[in-house]
Amino acid sequence: MAERTLWSEFSKGVFRQNTLFVVAIGICPSLAVTTSLQSAAAMGAAVIFVLVCSSVLIAALRKAIPEEVRIPCFIVIIGSFVTMVELIFKAKLSPAINASLGIFIPLIVVNCIILYRAEAFAYGHGALRSLLDGLGVGIGYALAICLVGVLREAFGGGTIWGYPWVPVSWPVRYVPSAIVAQAPGAFIVLGLLMAFFKWVRGARAAR
Amino acid sequence: MDISLFFTIAFSVILVSNFVLAKFLGLCPFIGVTQRTESAIGMGIAVTFVMFLAAVATSVLYNFVLVPHDLVVLKTPMFILVIAALVQLVELFMRARMPALYRALGIYLPLITTNCAVMGVALLGTSDAPARFAELTSAARVAAAAWQGICAGAGFVLAMLLMSGIRERIERADLPECLRGMPIAFICTGLMAMAFFGFAGMV
Repeated sequence: MAERTLWSEFSKGVFRQNTLFVVAIGICPSLAVTTSLQSAAAMGAAVIFVLVCSSVLIAALRKAIPEEVRIPCFIVIIGSFVTMVELIFKAKLSPAINASLGIFIPLIVVNCIILYRAEAFAYGHGALRSLLDGLGVGIGYALAICLVGVLREAFGGGTIWGYPWVPVSWPVRYVPSAIVAQAPGAFIVLGLLMAFFKWVRGARAAR
Repeated sequence: MDISLFFTIAFSVILVSNFVLAKFLGLCPFIGVTQRTESAIGMGIAVTFVMFLAAVATSVLYNFVLVPHDLVVLKTPMFILVIAALVQLVELFMRARMPALYRALGIYLPLITTNCAVMGVALLGTSDAPARFAELTSAARVAAAAWQGICAGAGFVLAMLLMSGIRERIERADLPECLRGMPIAFICTGLMAMAFFGFAGMV
């Protein structure tokens, strides 16, 4: 296999191998924290941070980590960065956003995406390539959950980033359907988005 | 400790806030291994067993080590290490003592380490426990967390069974190409979650 350019190392994770819509891993947090765009963005930022830091550290230490115990080593590295994010978020973000993120910040530690990139990429590549790979995959995931978040907040709450998307001065009003912001809506929105991206890919392949 | 607490926990974790359908935990195995009923049951039983052990181990660790020594900040790395070690132990023990069961569940066991339902049951039994855990003594909290682990597993098995039944039917349905596989599975899960909404407010 030819060596990828640095740019494609970054961009592959954003679109072509998007973890949520194409590879379909990391589903749990993408549904739990997407009740609003703000919490989805916070989760995306947390995943990017943990993914980039742990990818770089694992890539830098890949010669020192023995193969037999690599998974526990990865887990300890990832767990430390997740604890850092947890503490930073508790100190800096509003209690409302922290409440909506709930247990899903500590659960980043078992998010398959991070272990998957560590195992499939960072353990076999240099630090720079792992940085770009982690950044690409992280941004792709963050964009995907923000898309789910925007749709659920707009249809379930009638707002985007806390502001109503139909201006108050307009004569029409959007009546939000609360079910979209609740558990059933999350599954249905993700199912429809996956179907849409599958349809787009199919249409492109047919051309 | 009141005996009614056990009923409250069971009812709330199995039906009202089912781990899969209301808390979004354990979706990877839920979508991944529900194509066939037998594998869904196998995975469900393996997860239930590990959930019970993980709930006991993490709540002992939390209530008797981390809290008295003011080390709660370390809970995330500690819990995940305990769970990973536990899964390894269960795997070794089963291979040596219960080879038949090991062959049936073997492929699912390593996957359980990164199952967020297991880590979720650990967190929801300790640092993020429901308010009704607060007035209990440390030992009673361990018992309540262990029971919550078993019930969460039962709820997981229930959701997996229902879903595998639905998916075996869907496979024969005439769907548009883009909806086949995962998209329709998610939409059906949404409808199931809506049905489970009927239990809301009962506890």
